[in-house]
Amino acid sequence: MKVLAIDTSNQPMSVAVTENMILESELTVNVKRNHSLQLMPAIEQVLEHASTSIKDIDKIVVAGGPGSYTGLRIGVTTAKSLAWSLDLPIVQVSSLKLTAASLLYMDGYVSPFFDARRGNVFTGLYKVSKGSVEQIIPDQNLSMQDWISKLNEREHPITFISPNADAFKEEIAAQFQLDYQYIEHTLNIPRAGMLASIGVNQDADSVHLIAPNYHRLVEAEAKWLEQQKEE
Amino acid sequence: MKKTNEIILAIETSCDETAVAVIQGGNKILSNVVATQMEIHQKFGGVVPEVASRHHMEQITLVMEQALEEAKVTMEQIDAVAVTKGPGLVGALLVGVNAAKAIAFAHQKPLIAVHHIAGHIYANRFQAEFDFPLLSLVVSGGHSELIVMDEHGSYDIIGETRDDAAGEAYDKVAKALKLPYPGGPQIDRLAQQGEDTYNFPRAWLQDSYDFSFSGLKTAVINQLHKLRQKDQTIDQENIAASFQSSVMEVLVEKTYQAATAYEVKQLIVAGGVSANKELRERMEEKFKDSSIQVMIPPLYLCTDNAAMIGAAASIQYHQEDFADLSLNANPGFML
Ligand SMILES: [Zn+2]
Repeated sequence: MKVLAIDTSNQPMSVAVTENMILESELTVNVKRNHSLQLMPAIEQVLEHASTSIKDIDKIVVAGGPGSYTGLRIGVTTAKSLAWSLDLPIVQVSSLKLTAASLLYMDGYVSPFFDARRGNVFTGLYKVSKGSVEQIIPDQNLSMQDWISKLNEREHPITFISPNADAFKEEIAAQFQLDYQYIEHTLNIPRAGMLASIGVNQDADSVHLIAPNYHRLVEAEAKWLEQQKEE
Repeated sequence: MKKTNEIILAIETSCDETAVAVIQGGNKILSNVVATQMEIHQKFGGVVPEVASRHHMEQITLVMEQALEEAKVTMEQIDAVAVTKGPGLVGALLVGVNAAKAIAFAHQKPLIAVHHIAGHIYANRFQAEFDFPLLSLVVSGGHSELIVMDEHGSYDIIGETRDDAAGEAYDKVAKALKLPYPGGPQIDRLAQQGEDTYNFPRAWLQDSYDFSFSGLKTAVINQLHKLRQKDQTIDQENIAASFQSSVMEVLVEKTYQAATAYEVKQLIVAGGVSANKELRERMEEKFKDSSIQVMIPPLYLCTDNAAMIGAAASIQYHQEDFADLSLNANPGFML
């Protein structure tokens, strides 16, 4: 089975083609560029390197958030439009799970996180061991301070990993009370080859219902809901 | 690759309508699907860009599917994929642009990037063939422009707004009158029942085809403020009629002057505000005795839709003006 995998959830962009879990071609870029401009040419290039036509793809896997709203929409719109028009099964994988999966062969608890601005993070807790990733605490949006307090109650070491280079590094050092490690360099960048292998055996989602998991309401909506409650 | 009677799948997501159409030969609508978000944004009193983007994302493949089904064509029968590149809300545009690129790539079809305003102008081509030179008055929430066209695809902007677009002034005045969003149609409705009793200023801007509506808007808001301070009842109908009268007089008069000066054969009125009843009547009245043919699209083609994008794209298709896969949305795209 040939899989095309796409991740544009944050600054890194990664696209890959795999065949039966074997990576054939992958392009990963981690510099500040425009995903909308680069994604389709990258898909074309990755397919070309794998000597594969888009018509030979059997399944599409996309990183579906959380992350940058715009980045997510570019990746998910592209993936779902391809899947819809080619009548292909499509699968959506958590962008945080993908980030944790970089440490697939470690044994322990991983907290992948993305900077959600103003002291907030998108994060969740995952357990990795022997090549599998299991979710322990669901993906959510909260302040890093609250997240650290939550983790402090758990009594086991945590590995932090984030593509946002050294975001929150000092805050974790100052407040996290248990043993921890902070993954830097290369491994912290999500890879679409890994995304393909996580998604390949997952049941397909309904293509029209695919939408990013933003894990945060639009401010105007949150305010409106608040007003409804007061009235 | 090029052929006449080509079939174009067109996508438009520049603001709060997710729209997809299938157009044949530039002037025949095979399908024209519009999923409007108006009700969703109503509770916020205006379009919230992030909310709009999220809804486009949820609707896009559904609307594409419906457009193909209603047109009874398959992706294989499509000759090109067209999409609005701008201007508009960037997040909203991005959904359409990336969907268009994906399906163009998946089926190896040429991709056409269309200017939203060119689309509004070409909405008129479903009624009659263009006869050049022609003048187009484009009036909407974001635009008030006079554009001269000497041939297909050529746009010479001879006048534009120096501050608020006409539709923008409508929305702000509607807000000051505490009318529900969207305000334009509400003011038009009230104005039908009122009279021009306030005689608000008209900004003629001598020796220019430019427009200015912010002075008028301020005058209306000040007037309302005064009435409210004195606890006087506000005659909404007359305020609306006076405001609308001032806008229309300037729009119609300047358009007439420009049409005469440029000796055009046709006048095209385009954009959301061209749905305004008073504008349609006044414009037809003004040009009644002239040889210039006035073209105003039917109401369903005045507001944002993808049929108009397909019509404009047809010209680009025959000029082989294609975009590549690095096409990006451009919220400030110039004609
Ligand atoms: Zn428009």
